[in-house]
Amino acid sequence: MIRPDELTTTALAASKADGCIVVLTDTSEVNLRWANSTMTTNEHTTTRSFAVISVFGASVGVVSGNGVDLDEVRSVVAASEDAARQSGPSRDAAPLIDGPADDDYDAPAAATEIGVFARLTDELAAAFRASSNELLYGFAEHRLETTWLASSTGLRRRWVQPTGTVELNGKVAGDLTRSAWAGSYTADFTDLDFTALAAEVRRRLSWSGRQVELPAGRYETILPPSAAADLMLYMAESMDGRPAHEGRSPFAAPGAQPSDKPGSERPGGGTRLGERFTDLPLTLSSDPAAPSLQTAPFLVTTASGDSVSVFDNGAPIHRVDWLRDGTVNALAYSRAAADELGGQFTPPPENLLLTGGSSASTDDLVASTERGLLLTCLWYIREVDPVSLLLTGLTRDGVYLIEGGEVVGQVNNFRFNESPIDLLRRVTEVGATERTLCREWKDWFSRTAMPPIRVPDFNMSSVSPAS
Amino acid sequence: MIDPEFLALPLRQVADAALGRARELGAEHADVRIERTTQQLIRLRDGTVAMAQDSSSVGLAVRVIVEGTWGFASHLELTPQSAVATTERAIEVARTLRPLNAERVELAAEPVHADAVWVGDHEIDPFTVPLGEKVTLLSEWSSRLLAADGVEHTDVTFRAAKETKFYADSAGTSTTQQRVRMHPALTAVTVDRASGSFESMRTCAPPTARGWEYLAGNTHWDWDTELARIPEWLAEKVKAPSVQAGRYDLVIDPTNLWLTIHESVGHATEYDRAIGYEAAYAGSSFATPDKLGTLRYGSPIMHVTGDRTQAHGLATVGYDDDGVATSQWDLVAGGTLVGYQTDRVFARRLGLERSAACAYADSPHHMPIQRMANVSLQPDPDTDTATAELISGVQRGIYIVGDRSWSIDMQRYNFQFTGQRFYRIESGVLAGQLRDVAYQATTTDFWGAMEAVGGPSTWSLGGALNCGKAQPGQVAAVSHGCPSALFRGITVLNSREEAGQ
Repeated sequence: MIRPDELTTTALAASKADGCIVVLTDTSEVNLRWANSTMTTNEHTTTRSFAVISVFGASVGVVSGNGVDLDEVRSVVAASEDAARQSGPSRDAAPLIDGPADDDYDAPAAATEIGVFARLTDELAAAFRASSNELLYGFAEHRLETTWLASSTGLRRRWVQPTGTVELNGKVAGDLTRSAWAGSYTADFTDLDFTALAAEVRRRLSWSGRQVELPAGRYETILPPSAAADLMLYMAESMDGRPAHEGRSPFAAPGAQPSDKPGSERPGGGTRLGERFTDLPLTLSSDPAAPSLQTAPFLVTTASGDSVSVFDNGAPIHRVDWLRDGTVNALAYSRAAADELGGQFTPPPENLLLTGGSSASTDDLVASTERGLLLTCLWYIREVDPVSLLLTGLTRDGVYLIEGGEVVGQVNNFRFNESPIDLLRRVTEVGATERTLCREWKDWFSRTAMPPIRVPDFNMSSVSPAS
Repeated sequence: MIDPEFLALPLRQVADAALGRARELGAEHADVRIERTTQQLIRLRDGTVAMAQDSSSVGLAVRVIVEGTWGFASHLELTPQSAVATTERAIEVARTLRPLNAERVELAAEPVHADAVWVGDHEIDPFTVPLGEKVTLLSEWSSRLLAADGVEHTDVTFRAAKETKFYADSAGTSTTQQRVRMHPALTAVTVDRASGSFESMRTCAPPTARGWEYLAGNTHWDWDTELARIPEWLAEKVKAPSVQAGRYDLVIDPTNLWLTIHESVGHATEYDRAIGYEAAYAGSSFATPDKLGTLRYGSPIMHVTGDRTQAHGLATVGYDDDGVATSQWDLVAGGTLVGYQTDRVFARRLGLERSAACAYADSPHHMPIQRMANVSLQPDPDTDTATAELISGVQRGIYIVGDRSWSIDMQRYNFQFTGQRFYRIESGVLAGQLRDVAYQATTTDFWGAMEAVGGPSTWSLGGALNCGKAQPGQVAAVSHGCPSALFRGITVLNSREEAGQ
C-alpha cells in the first residue's frame, strides 16, 4: 500500500486549485457477533478512504477514492477540481486553516487484530457454558481509525481514534420473554470488565421472575445512563445554529425576526440561547480531552452540513458546554455561519457528557423510589414533531417495577412519546455521571457519560407486546 | 453492460489465488467477492450547493467455512498476494473462533452458475451525467418551490449509487453483476415566526433502480405536477385543524403504506430475525417458525410476496451474494404466514431445498447476511378498484399520503407512523387536510383490519435506500410495491397532545 505521507504529498503536489485539503483514513477493525449462545459472524477488515477537497474561490468539490495507487490519487484530485468548478459558490466558504504539523505525521497506521479479543473470547466461552438457563446474544468490536489531514496551507495532522464496544443481551430460555442488556465502551479492551457486564445481565434477569402487566400512562421513571444518553444525543444533534436562526428548529425562539442576531437587544437573537431549560444545575458538554472518551482535538470532515464545513478542516476543537447550569449556552456553527449569524465557531459534538447531578447511583435512585419504573435502554427512536422535538421509541430489554425502594418484578415494554427538551424541564433528580453506551445511536456515537435521571411523569403512550 | 474498467481488474487471478489458498488450508467452502461501489451525494440548501460528494470504493472479500465455522476477512488491495493473505486471515479468524461455535454452518445445495452476467435495467448511467447538469436541474426545481408564496426554505438531497460485483466460489459459480439506483428528494419549508412554529413537505417520489432518465422528464414520475402542488399542499397543511385523537378508518396511499409493509411484514418475515440472530440488535420477530403455515397475519385478502426480480426494484439482482439465482415467492397468502426470506444457511436450517437468494453484503468489507427482498402487497386480482372508490366506502376516516416518521418495536408488534399529508374523509369524500396525525397499531390487528385493497392501477413501487441491519451495521436498498388499501378502526394519536402541548 502507498504510505500515507506519500499519498497526501502526491495529492497536494497534483493540485491546481486555490486551496486543497486531503483527508486520509486507514481503518483496521475486528468484530465478532454471537446469538443463541453461539458465535455467528465475524470480520477482520482493512480499509482506506481518501478524500480530496479542492477549493476555487468560494467553490468546493469533494471526491473520495481508495488511495491504492498514485495514478488513482491524481485522478481523484482532478475529479474534485472538476466538481468544484461545477458546484457554484458555497455559503460556508472560509479561508483554509493554517499549520501546525504533527511530529508523528509520518507514523504508520495503527492496526488491531483478532487477538485483542483473547480475554473476551475466554470469558464469553465460559459465559456460554455457564448459561444453561439463558441464551446469550451480543457483539464486540474494536476499531482503530488513523486519520491524516494535510492541506495546501501547511496543515499536517495525524490522529488515531480507538473505538471499542461490547454489548451483552441475555434471555431466559423457553419463550424468551425475559430479556436483559448491558453494554460498555472501551478504547482498547484492557479496561473491559466482561464479568461485570455478565453479572449485571444476570441480576436483571433475576428481577424478571415476577411479571407484572401495566397499562399505558404516565409513570415515575428512572432512566439509566444509557437511556439518558440516547435522548440527550438527539437533542444535541438538533442544536445547529443556522436552522435555529431561520426559525426551523426546536431551538428557534417564538417571536423572532430573521434579522435577529445574538448580541442584539433580544437575548439569544431569535434562538433559545440563554433560555433556562431546567432549574437543576445540569451541564451538557462535549470535550475532546474527556478522560477515556477522547476524540480528535481538531476538526476532520469530508461533508458540509448546517453546522459543519469542509472549509473548517483542522480547526482546533475545545470543550463546548451546550447547556451550562441548566441554560442553553451554545449552538453549533461553522466559521462562516458564525460570522454571518453572529455566533461562535462551534463544531457538533464528538462525545457527550451530562454532569451536575448528585453522587447517587442508579441503585440509589431505585432505593429512594416509592413506586415507579426502572428502564434498561431505549430503541427505535424517531422524531415525530420537529417543532417540539417530540420523539417516539420503545423501551427495550427490561422495564422493572419499583415498590418501596426495591425492584419487585418485570413489566411489559412500552412505546413512549417524549421530547428531551420537555423532559429536562420535568426532571426532578439526577445522579452521578458514568461512562455509558447508548443503545440506539451507538453505531454512530459511542462516547458518552451520563447520569441516571428521575422523571416524575414519563409518557408511556401504549403497550408493546415485544420482549 | 458491465463497466469495462471493472472487467479490466484482475478478477480471475485474485479469485483463483484466494480459492486455491482456501482449498490448501482445508476450507470446506470458500467464496470471493470483488466489488466496486460508486456513490454520489448532492445537497442543495435554498437552491445553492451545500455539499457535493463523490466516492468510490473497491475491495476484496474472502469468506470461508472451516470445521463448520465462518471466517471472513477483507482488504482493499486487489492483487493475488493480497488475496492469499486475506484468505489466511479469514482462516485464522475461523480457527480462533471455532471454540465459540455450537452450530455447524451448512449450506443448502444450489446449482452452479458459471460465468453468469446480469445488469439491472436502466437507460442513463447517472455517473455519466456531469455534476453541473445535475446541479442545474436540482437548483431549477428548488427555485420553483422557493418562488411560491409561503415557502421560505428548500432542502434538496440527491443520492445515486452504482454497485458492480464479481463473485466466485469453490463450487464453481461465478457471477458478474451491475446495478444503479438513485433518489432525489425535495423539501419545502414554511416558518411561522410569531408562534415559533414551522412545517415542511417533501416529494413522494421514491428511490428507484433506474438511471438519470428518472429525473429527465415526467415519464417515470410527474415532477412538474408534484413540484407545482407542494406549496399549496403545504399552505393548506399549516392552516389545517389538528386531528382529534381516536379510532378512524384509514385509506393509506402506496406512498405511505410501503413503509408500513417494510417494517411490519418485511422485517418480521426475515428468517434470521425469527430465530434470534438479530435479537440483540435489529430485533427478532413475532412470526416465529412454529407459526409457519398457521399464523393469521392479516385478513384473507392479504397477499404478500418476496422477490428479487421486480423490474427497477432496489433489492433486485440476478444472483445473490451466496451465488444463488433470484426468484419470487409467497410470504403471506390468504392472510396466513406461508414463507420466509432466507439465504443458503437459513434455508437449510428451515428444512428447505432451496435458498430464497437473500444473501447480501453492502460492501466488500462486510460479511453477507440475509437481507430483505422486495416485499410487496399484491393488488386486488379481480377488480381494479380505484383509491377514490376505497375512500367512498368510509364515513369518518383519514386518507394518508407520503411517509415521514416511523418506529416499530424489536419483535415487530407495535408501530407508529406519521405521513406527509392527511385528508379527512367525511361521508365518502375528502374534506381538507388535517395535521398532527400519527397512527399506532399492533401488526396483526392492523393487517387483520384491512378490508379492501385497490386494484392494479393503484399499485406503485416505493422503497428506501437506508434499511439498516446487522453488527457492524450494514445498509441496504429495498423496494415495496403496494396498492392503496382500506383499514377499519385504527388508533390515531394527536402528536401535539402526545408532546403535552
